[in-house]
Amino acid sequence: MGAVIKVENLGKKYVISHQRRESRGTLRDAMTRTARGAWQRVRHPLSPNRELLDLEEMWALRDVSFEVQQGERLGIIGRNGAGKSTLLKILSRITQPTTGRVHLRGRVSSLLEVGTGFHPELTGRENIFLNGAILGMARQEIKKKFDEIVAFAETEKFLDTAVKHYSSGMYVRLAFAVAAHLEPEILIVDEVLAVGDVAFQKKCLGKMESVAREGRTVLFVSHNMDAIDKMTSHCAWLDAGQIKSIGASKSVVKGYLEEGFQCNSDLSRFRISSLPGTASLTELAVEDVSRNRFSTFRQGEPFSILLRIECQTVSPVDAAVVVENAREQALFTTHLTDMSEPIAGNGGHLLSIQLDKPALRRGKYLVSVALFSPDKHSFYDVVYHFPLFEIAGTLDPRFIDDTRWGDLYLPIQWKRLT
Amino acid sequence: MHETVIEPGKNLKDFWRELWAYRELFLFLAWRDILVRYKQTVIGVAWSVLRPLLSLIILTIVFGRVARLPSDNVPYSILVCAAILPWQFFSNTITTSSESLLSNQNMITKIYFPRIIIPSTTMVVSLVDFLSALGILACLMLWHGLWPTWRIVVLPALLLLAAAASLGVGYWISALNVKYRDFRHVVPFAVQFGLYASPVGFSSNVIPEKWRFWYSLNPMVGVIDGFRWALLGGQANLYLPGFLLAIGLAVVIFASGVRFFTRTERVFADII
Repeated sequence: MGAVIKVENLGKKYVISHQRRESRGTLRDAMTRTARGAWQRVRHPLSPNRELLDLEEMWALRDVSFEVQQGERLGIIGRNGAGKSTLLKILSRITQPTTGRVHLRGRVSSLLEVGTGFHPELTGRENIFLNGAILGMARQEIKKKFDEIVAFAETEKFLDTAVKHYSSGMYVRLAFAVAAHLEPEILIVDEVLAVGDVAFQKKCLGKMESVAREGRTVLFVSHNMDAIDKMTSHCAWLDAGQIKSIGASKSVVKGYLEEGFQCNSDLSRFRISSLPGTASLTELAVEDVSRNRFSTFRQGEPFSILLRIECQTVSPVDAAVVVENAREQALFTTHLTDMSEPIAGNGGHLLSIQLDKPALRRGKYLVSVALFSPDKHSFYDVVYHFPLFEIAGTLDPRFIDDTRWGDLYLPIQWKRLT
Repeated sequence: MHETVIEPGKNLKDFWRELWAYRELFLFLAWRDILVRYKQTVIGVAWSVLRPLLSLIILTIVFGRVARLPSDNVPYSILVCAAILPWQFFSNTITTSSESLLSNQNMITKIYFPRIIIPSTTMVVSLVDFLSALGILACLMLWHGLWPTWRIVVLPALLLLAAAASLGVGYWISALNVKYRDFRHVVPFAVQFGLYASPVGFSSNVIPEKWRFWYSLNPMVGVIDGFRWALLGGQANLYLPGFLLAIGLAVVIFASGVRFFTRTERVFADII
C-alpha cells in the first residue's frame, strides 16, 4: 500500500519575545531608550518593539522525517517540550510548518483533546451533535451512530441535562464516546487515555485497538508507556525537536525509560550527616542481571542495588538500606549484617543487594542508606531519600492496566475451600 | 483517495471548496450560538425583542421629542425603527464576530476547520435579532396604518449589503484581535460612536447637501437610507451616489476582509 503518512524534513520555528532586561543605567540612558522605543512605535506601530523586547528563535521541531504505512500504529514519545504536540498540530493542520512537507493519504481525524467545542450550557444530546460536527462527522452519520455513542458513554439518563451538571467522569465519557465513533482513515490521538476512571480507560484502549485492527492508521502520543507498549507496533522518540530514535516500540520504549531516570550521581545533595575520617558511601547504583547499569525495570524483573563504600577506618562498618516509595514511606529495610559480617579495613568495598523477585509495583523508588558501627552508637554516613530506580511496565500481561492500591505485589495463593 | 499536502506558506487554493465541505459545521455553530444565547435568562428570547424596543424608545424620545428633528412625513418611531433594523444587525455582527475567535480559542488550538466559519456564524445570531426587530416594525406600521410598497422586495438585497459590510469589518477585527488585543477595547467604543455617526436616530436629510457625499463614506449611511427607502414607501427618497458608494465600500471591505483573514489564519493557533 505504501506510506500513508510521509513526513519530510519537517521544521517549526517559533519566535518568542522576552522583555529586555538590562540594568537601569543612568536616567539619561533610560530616557533615550524610552524615546527610541516611542519613535519606533510611531514608525512601525504594529511590529514588536525591538528596543524593549528580545526576540528569540526557537525550533520546536527540526528536520523530522518519517513514514507511516497503512494500518500501522505509530507511538510518539518524548519529554514535555520535545515537540510532540507541535508535530501533532502540524499533522492535524492546526498550525503550519516552517520548513518541510507532509503528505497524507486518507481522511484525517485528530483528537488532541476530548470534548473540544463542548458547550457547558447545552444538553448531552445537543453536544453529541455539535462535537460530532466539529470533529468532521456529517449530521446523517451522527444520527446513525447516536444510539451507539450514548450506549458507549453510559449516559442515557442524562441526555437532556446540560453538561455543566455532569460529573467530570460523565463529561469525559460522553466526549470520548463521540470521538471514538469517528471513522477516519488516519487517526491522530493525543493523551486522551489519561482521562476517566479505570474501567472507562480500559474501554477506550479496547476501542483504540479495534480501530487499528480495522486497518486504519493510528498516530498515538502518550506518556503512558504501558499503553504505548500495548497499542503500538512502532514508536518514534522525539527529543528537543528531533527524532532521537524510531523503530520497534519495545526497544524504543526501553531506551526512553532508561534515559528518563538519569542516574543522579551526586550523592552529597542527599547526605544528611557524615563523620569525617570514618566510612562514606561513594556510589549508589542499580544494575540488571547482565550487569548493565540500568535504572528502570519492569515489574518482576530481577535487579541489584550496588553500594560502593570507602573506609578510612579499620573498625567494622554495618550498612542499612531502606527502600522507599515515591512518597518517602519506607517499604522494607535490609542490613548487611542480616546476611554477612560487617565490612572492615581501609579502602573501597563494593556490595551488591540482589532482588531476585522484587515485589515492587510500578513507580519511582527512593533508597536511604546508613553506614554505622555494628553497635549502632555512631553513624558514619547517612544518605536520605535518594531517587534510585523506577519500575515501569510489567512482564506479566495481567497487570498492564493495574491500578490496585499498595506498593507491593506479593506472591499470594488464593484457594477455593468449598 | 483523499490526499492532503501540508507545506509552509501554502495558501489554500481550494478555500471555497473546503468552506463548502464544512457547511454543516457552520450551521451547527450558528445553532449552538442561538441555543446558548438566552440560556439561564429569565425572560429568554424576549430579550431579542426588548433590546431593539428599548433603543427604539430612547432614540425616538431623544431625537424626535427632545431635539425635534424632522421626520420625513412618517411617524418618528417608524423612521427610527427602519434604521434600527440594519444598524443593530451591523453592530451586533461586528461586536460578536470581532470577539469570536478569542471566545472559541479552544477550538482553534485543538482542531482544524476553515477559521472563517467562526466570525461568519455570528451573523446568523444577529439575523434572529433582526427578525424580531422586523416584527416590531411590522406592529408599528400596522398601528399607524402604513402599508409597505413593492419596494420591500429589495429588502433581502439590502440585508446582504449590511451583511457584507459587517462581516468584512468582522473579519478584519477578529483577525487583528488575535494578535493585538487592543481591538477588543476599540470595538465597543467605535460601535457606540457609530450609532451617532450614522443616521439611526435621525433622517440623513438633515445633513447639509454639500456634506452628503462625504457623509456617505460611512457605508451604513447608504444601507440605512436603503432600508428607509424600501420600507417607508413614497415618503423616503434615496440619495443615489451615496447608495452606490455604500455598495462599492461594502464589496471592498468584504473582499479585503476575507483576504486579510485567510492570509493571517495560518498563524492563529500559534499566537492566540
